[in-house]
Amino acid sequence: MSKIRVENVSKIFGKKIPQALELVKKGESKTAILKKTGATVGVNNTSFEVEDGEIFVIMGLSGSGKSTLVRLLNRLIEPTTGSILINGEDVSKMNKAQLREIRRNKVNMVFQNFGLFPHQTILKNTEYGLKVRGVSKEERRVKAEKALENAGLLEFKDQYPSQLSGGMQQRVGLARALANDSDIVLMDEAFSALDPLIRKGMQDELIELQQNVQKTIIFITHDLNEALRIGDRIAIMKDGAIIQIGTGEEILTNPADDYVRSFIEDVDRSKVLTAENIMVRPVTINPEIDGPKMALKRMKDEQVSLVIATDRKKQLLGFVTADQALQCAKDGKTLLVDCMQKEMNTVPYDMLLEDVLNVIHDSPTPVAVIKEGKLVGVLIRGIVIEALAKSSVEVPEHE
Amino acid sequence: MNNLLDKIPQMPLAKWTNDAMDWVTETFQGFFDSIQENTEGAMLFVTDVLLMIPAIIVILAIAILAYFASKRKFGLAIFTVVGLLFIYNQGLWDDLMNTVTLVLFASLISIIVGIPVGILMSKSTTFESIMKPILDFMQTMPGFVYLIPAVAFFGIGIVPGVFASIIFSIPPTIRFTNLAIRQVPTELIEAAESFGSTSAQKLFNVELPLAKSTIMAGVNQTVMLALSMVVIASMIGAEGLGGKVLTAVQRAEVGSGFVAGLALVIFAIIIDRLTQSINNKKG
Repeated sequence: MSKIRVENVSKIFGKKIPQALELVKKGESKTAILKKTGATVGVNNTSFEVEDGEIFVIMGLSGSGKSTLVRLLNRLIEPTTGSILINGEDVSKMNKAQLREIRRNKVNMVFQNFGLFPHQTILKNTEYGLKVRGVSKEERRVKAEKALENAGLLEFKDQYPSQLSGGMQQRVGLARALANDSDIVLMDEAFSALDPLIRKGMQDELIELQQNVQKTIIFITHDLNEALRIGDRIAIMKDGAIIQIGTGEEILTNPADDYVRSFIEDVDRSKVLTAENIMVRPVTINPEIDGPKMALKRMKDEQVSLVIATDRKKQLLGFVTADQALQCAKDGKTLLVDCMQKEMNTVPYDMLLEDVLNVIHDSPTPVAVIKEGKLVGVLIRGIVIEALAKSSVEVPEHE
Repeated sequence: MNNLLDKIPQMPLAKWTNDAMDWVTETFQGFFDSIQENTEGAMLFVTDVLLMIPAIIVILAIAILAYFASKRKFGLAIFTVVGLLFIYNQGLWDDLMNTVTLVLFASLISIIVGIPVGILMSKSTTFESIMKPILDFMQTMPGFVYLIPAVAFFGIGIVPGVFASIIFSIPPTIRFTNLAIRQVPTELIEAAESFGSTSAQKLFNVELPLAKSTIMAGVNQTVMLALSMVVIASMIGAEGLGGKVLTAVQRAEVGSGFVAGLALVIFAIIIDRLTQSINNKKG
């Protein structure tokens, strides 16, 4: 069973809501409905499911309805129509008391501008969720201190939010949500107000945290790079509607429409593509069987200036360039083993392009890509640069 | 054209108002009487207690309060001592204490009633739109007019003075409370709600603490307005510094009018600075 299940949810702001709703059901667009009725469609007939332990990213530009959508999940904003099931219970039909229970125990939220209470200390802020739940003073202090300790902020517990930097404040915001020990965390542009370096650090922390605590996280962002970095799956929103849901790779390789395509044009590919995506098929030769003449022939046939030496099990042994093979032949050697270069830089197949760049920069020769101990491809400088510059990503065919 | 306008009979609004007043006065006579007796008793008691304490102790106590409220600076404390000694010296101490009681009661009741009303206004846009014109009316109607129903309800004396002062001075507390709570950042309200706060938890943990300094600015205004009603209230028999000013006006005595007026100014400055510094200190 899905952790969260959103079915045909719409939110309409303004007047003439019934008429607007009719048009939503007919599948009309946000602008058309605004023109006809004057009502603004915040969220337009949206459905999706989130699995337990998943980081589900909702991505869109400002005004796309993503912040409205996330607020429908804990009903900070009332949905106009549709059902929202959390653990199989329909939040949209709950009365006030039931809704409070869900908010206290099941779903917590982290805010863009941190949402910390300026008149309370860090500890009191972290205790807030436990306090409204009626947890005893002692117990909530222990829990809050533990959450702050995990965030590395225990020593700041008696400070006030304004005394902390943005990144630290957001860590408190996250600690406050985690102290409550609910299994769903809604993060509304949680890192958008932070500067880029801190932001990257926080993303790493979130990924690491997720490996330890396994929450279900709904993460809202307007930054596709951030979405690709942390999201298990990504939903792209435009004008209140979800236009594509998929993994980062699915979206990059198979954009649903021009809108998504225009988005991924701006993606920093070095943070998305892996060595596997950009490597080329290696021209290989077995140096224990073949000699320099065979190597030269293969280079000529394939129009390359070097071949990679592997054994029968495709284990990397080294490489031979055209010059070396010629020299080898002149010296009268019959097996390549005696004249190939055995040192070769390697990278794992799932290394991100930004890290690959460092390796290839320091390497005078091409770099081999290794998967499960076997050679699967080669990275050549020109191809890496080409991949960075390309306007659309095509994942090369390979075995 | 004018003839046409003249043909419309005059609307008897004044008569209606009189009738309504008469009805209210008669119907609730017992209620008003009991309020009048109890409040007057309480106020006389407070004044008596204030007068029982030697003036020098009151002066020193207020000076010490001023010293600590203004973050251990001597300015306000010195002004307090000099100003209050001057009032004592002019033989106006008893009148000052009467005025203190009047302002104290009017302000306290304004705050006790005004803050909850302001909270309700901030929670309900309908209630806000009903209250806003009423508050405008209360503030723009000349303060003298309130004396008429005040006398009708409570006779003459200090209680109708308090009643008129409250009506005139309560709007800032209500308005500022409403504004202050509406100004609490949405994100903090959402944060409070997202953790499952009840309305009361939200109000006492988040909204009121964050609204406090703005509400206190409103309270300060209310106290000042209550003070400004002192002279007007004295017209219906509320004793105090206001009464002295009124007497001086009636007898055209420039000297005693100036002295009593100056005493009022000194008192006003002291309580204004005091309430402001208490607010700043806490906020």
